[in-house]
Amino acid sequence: MLVWSRPGRIVLWLVFALLFSVLFLAPLAVILLSSLADQWNGVLPSGLTTEHYSDVVQGAAWKAVKASLVTGFLAGAVALVSGTWAALALRIQDATLARVLGVLFFIPSAVPSVSVGLGLLVAFSHPPLLLNGTIAIVMAAHFVLISAFTFGNVSAGLARLSPDFEQVASSLGARPAYRLRHVTLPLLAPYLVAAFGLSFALSMGELGATVMVYPPGWVTLPVSIFSLTDRGDVFAGAALTMVLVAVTLILLLGLERVTGRQARS
Amino acid sequence: MSVPAFTGSNVMDVDAAKIRGAGSNVHFDKVSVAYGAHVVLHPLTLDIAPGEILAMIGPSGSGKTTALRAVAGFVRPASGRIRIGATDVTDLPPYERGLGMVVQNYALFPHMRVEDNVAFGLRAQGADKALIGERVKDSLATVGMSGFAKRYPRELSGGQQQRVAIARALAVRPRVLLLDEPLSALDAQIRRNMVEEIAKLHRDLPGLTILYVTHDQTEALTLADKIAIMRDGRVSSHGPTAELYRRPPNRFTAEFLGRANLLPVTVTEGATGPKGFAKAKLGDALLAGAARGEKPGDKTLLCIRPQHLSLTGDEEHTNRIVGTLKEVHWQGELTHLVLDVDGTPVRVSATRLPVSLPERGSVVPLFFAPGDTSLVPEDARG
Repeated sequence: MLVWSRPGRIVLWLVFALLFSVLFLAPLAVILLSSLADQWNGVLPSGLTTEHYSDVVQGAAWKAVKASLVTGFLAGAVALVSGTWAALALRIQDATLARVLGVLFFIPSAVPSVSVGLGLLVAFSHPPLLLNGTIAIVMAAHFVLISAFTFGNVSAGLARLSPDFEQVASSLGARPAYRLRHVTLPLLAPYLVAAFGLSFALSMGELGATVMVYPPGWVTLPVSIFSLTDRGDVFAGAALTMVLVAVTLILLLGLERVTGRQARS
Repeated sequence: MSVPAFTGSNVMDVDAAKIRGAGSNVHFDKVSVAYGAHVVLHPLTLDIAPGEILAMIGPSGSGKTTALRAVAGFVRPASGRIRIGATDVTDLPPYERGLGMVVQNYALFPHMRVEDNVAFGLRAQGADKALIGERVKDSLATVGMSGFAKRYPRELSGGQQQRVAIARALAVRPRVLLLDEPLSALDAQIRRNMVEEIAKLHRDLPGLTILYVTHDQTEALTLADKIAIMRDGRVSSHGPTAELYRRPPNRFTAEFLGRANLLPVTVTEGATGPKGFAKAKLGDALLAGAARGEKPGDKTLLCIRPQHLSLTGDEEHTNRIVGTLKEVHWQGELTHLVLDVDGTPVRVSATRLPVSLPERGSVVPLFFAPGDTSLVPEDARG
């Protein structure tokens, strides 16, 4: 315990509560209130309504939710497979090569998302790889942006995995594929779930690259929110934001339950 | 209880076709291992006979685990060949070598029940269900864990987990069982029990060849038919356990395998008499000791174990030295005395002591039998 005295601990808790409220709760509360506001000209809304929710649900919201969910799942799944593959492959490489490749794999996370979107747009707007205007370019943008995080998560899990498990499995006659399926991947499962959860959450909130590359008919939730607020429809944008938060939160809580159950077992 | 046999047809024989028909001896033929320019195992030539327990002991970094990992296939030798039976396994992957391995931290798969852990190797090799069921039952019975088949590893104690790890290795009917510091993670009492259980296991399965790596001399002395003492990536000594203990070939072996008093002596007379004792001088005392070809004038060490020294002499204990009593440590079953004999500390472990123990600082005679001694050459490398 860093602070021993009771008054000291109370002061710290108050500081924490203040920062948490101002930086985390207040913006969410404002968005929630905005999504329910009939009019908001003073300090608080002058009336409450669920009209914005009805509007967005009847409008393009459902399509945006679907686009975001499909993009998040697909890009997350591909990133999970490739990130896991990369982490497993790097483990058996020479230490220097593994370090260099590891740094390379993390580069996309250091590039601004708008730049990634622009890069993809320029690269894939001409034959033979003409992806501009397709859903595939959105998937590619999301994959590039989230793959470094899945790689990092799985690498961290592998680093904690004792080599004894796999070596004992091999000595008992398990070939590499059998060992991977029955030993390595089950032991890595909590990290795989966490990696997928993080990738999915990042994808659900991705705007910078998506706004550069999205085709008509594949408007994700963040792009819809951006469009609504850009047009001045702040209350509808807030309602859609709450839908985004709810969808992401439900999925992450579900994944957390799976991870928690695995950790307990 | 049916006891599994380690001969005849089995799954490992069928699947590991490359070692089919091989015997179960292990032969290191000038095997060396290096990491870059750093040699961790200098050319090692050693044979483990079928059904033998060879204990490799030595301090950390001595190369014993590297040697075991080379047999398992996890370390590729820089030179030399490894044979299991008649088959050269040097280039075979670990899963084709037909081994069982038990490691220090058990490495039981936490997501599998005990029965699934034990069945793992057989399933990996594609054995049929009936055989798997039978082997799992037999293997768990062999280690006394039949009642724990449905449990997960986390629900077992350390000793129980290690038994399951042994059962898992036995279930595939390995030609060679590799035990890598298998008891190091257990507390002292459980470790003692497990040593006895492994000894019993080998009595029940006499055809099983075991390579046992440990830094614990008690485990090695209790279990091994032969011991190889490793030092700085080389075999310092190798031989039958009792022989190495009674007649250590060098100072390192004498000091590493059990406790030893090593008194610097000068040989005055080579081996004579029916028992082949040499005579050597320590200060004014003339002592007889088991010789190994020393000549008069040779300076060597007289090795005598602490438990072979007595405060009283008799017909057998004819060697006599005198020392100054420095310390007395009572440990219940044993009393340890430390004396200074011509500047060399000499330890005595006594189960029975005279009614009146000498005072610290008093001069005390010590007696020992020539047959309990051995002349040991000083190590070339100190």
